[in-house]
Amino acid sequence: MSISLVDHSPVVSLRDARFAYGEREVLRGIDLTVHRGQVVAIMGGSGCGKTTLLRLIGGQLRASSGAVEVEGRELAHMPRRELYALRRRMGMLFQFGALFTDMTVFDNVAFPLREHTDLPPGMVRDLVMMKLQAVGLRGAHALKPAELSGGMARRVALARAVALDPMLIMYDEPFAGLDPISLGVVGQLIRRLNDALGASSIMVTHDVHESLLIVDYIYFVSEGRIVAQGTPDEIRASTDPFVHQFVNAEADGPVAFHYPAPPIDSLLQEVRP
Amino acid sequence: MKGLLDMLRRIGAMTVDGVWRLGFAMRFFAAVLMYSGQSLRRLHLTVREIYFSGVLSLLIIVVSGLFVGLVLGLQGYETLQRYGSSEALGVLVALSLTRELGPVVAGLLFASRAGSAVTAEIGLMKATEQLKAMDMMAVNPIARVVAPRFWGGVISMPLLAAMFSAMGVFGGWLIGVVVIGVDDGAFWSQMQAAVDFRYDVMNGVIKSVVFGIAVSLIAVFEGYDCSPTAEGVSRAITRTVVTSALAILALDFVLTSFMFRGQ
Repeated sequence: MSISLVDHSPVVSLRDARFAYGEREVLRGIDLTVHRGQVVAIMGGSGCGKTTLLRLIGGQLRASSGAVEVEGRELAHMPRRELYALRRRMGMLFQFGALFTDMTVFDNVAFPLREHTDLPPGMVRDLVMMKLQAVGLRGAHALKPAELSGGMARRVALARAVALDPMLIMYDEPFAGLDPISLGVVGQLIRRLNDALGASSIMVTHDVHESLLIVDYIYFVSEGRIVAQGTPDEIRASTDPFVHQFVNAEADGPVAFHYPAPPIDSLLQEVRP
Repeated sequence: MKGLLDMLRRIGAMTVDGVWRLGFAMRFFAAVLMYSGQSLRRLHLTVREIYFSGVLSLLIIVVSGLFVGLVLGLQGYETLQRYGSSEALGVLVALSLTRELGPVVAGLLFASRAGSAVTAEIGLMKATEQLKAMDMMAVNPIARVVAPRFWGGVISMPLLAAMFSAMGVFGGWLIGVVVIGVDDGAFWSQMQAAVDFRYDVMNGVIKSVVFGIAVSLIAVFEGYDCSPTAEGVSRAITRTVVTSALAILALDFVLTSFMFRGQ
């Protein structure tokens, strides 16, 4: 995979970022950097804090300690107005698309343009059609989200996420629940859009094989920490037990099959009179 | 002893929860008001909600108003004619509707027709991450989604209550004058003489505005605050209807005791 690195400055950087929901610590010191032009995958099992990580970068959650910087600006104490200004340059694809169900495909993609620009209707129409053409759904512009398949909805949401030509695109489980063909299509689109826009992308996923094909760098997260990282080739060659378990989908390894529980003997003792 | 302590603890927890939620609702109300300017400047958003909350509730309001008027006409005539004052039917019908039944029954119908729909809509938007997506697109969901629905309800409610009262008076006239044969002139002239615009009609309008604010706030708050699952949304809808009904009846008592003290 060719990488077009115009400029190596980091777009996103996290340093020892921690986050807790009340008492429960979800992220326990994350160090992560995304350079301009890169597509980076964050992988890990369900519930390991991946989505929380994405929400920290989007400024929807604030880190309890450590630094979260986007384009060199610290998000922790950023006022809402500035955060919104920054978000206009970010696109986010939610797990199931999160399309507005009361609007057509066209209006969904036009939404950010209409909210943030004063472009005349003709130009909005042209821009929307161009974005829809890029995801191959120009013909579906009059449909409602309920009439789309899962893969199509994901592509419309992708068109909406890049409507304002963002510098950073975030994907929350872009492959969840897709058939193999749609999965390949969405994967290729993520790479192509990133390169065409000169943007950077962060993808939270647990689909190892599709990700290894399209990304530049991978971070593995487990129990709130980064446990392994590297380029796709390094990951394939890795001997790290966690990476090995994850890539080969093994039930046993560093990630335990059992949810933490007292030993089974204690259960038997309780039953005895 | 342990059972008693547990019960006390539960009552305490429920009270704290209730107060906390009320405080949260008030902060939410303040936020809605704060972002109202933004959304009212884009009037088409609010107009659209007036259509959904107001115009689409018209049918149920008109039909119910008519039936309530018909019943008032029958019951009122039945009682009044015992005292030989069946001409006062117009006064009875008009006063009961403008002072009480118009705002209260229209409010209850509005809560179950429009309030529940607003809660469902906002709740579903929350459950399917549409509100989060909007927030990530740097569009404030309170300004874009909540405030227009709130104002749509606040504006629709007094108009619906007025419509309800008008239909009720028409229903009372239909039964009293057309069917039973009460004198047409007496029906209207006594009504005109006895119903005071400021004292009776305006107080009714004030009630309907207050109910409109209460129901709309409850509807948008329950939707925004629901847990983002199918079960959470359905619970929120139930809570909207129940809380709105209680709020309307309680507020009605408070307002009535200030407005009509039988001087």
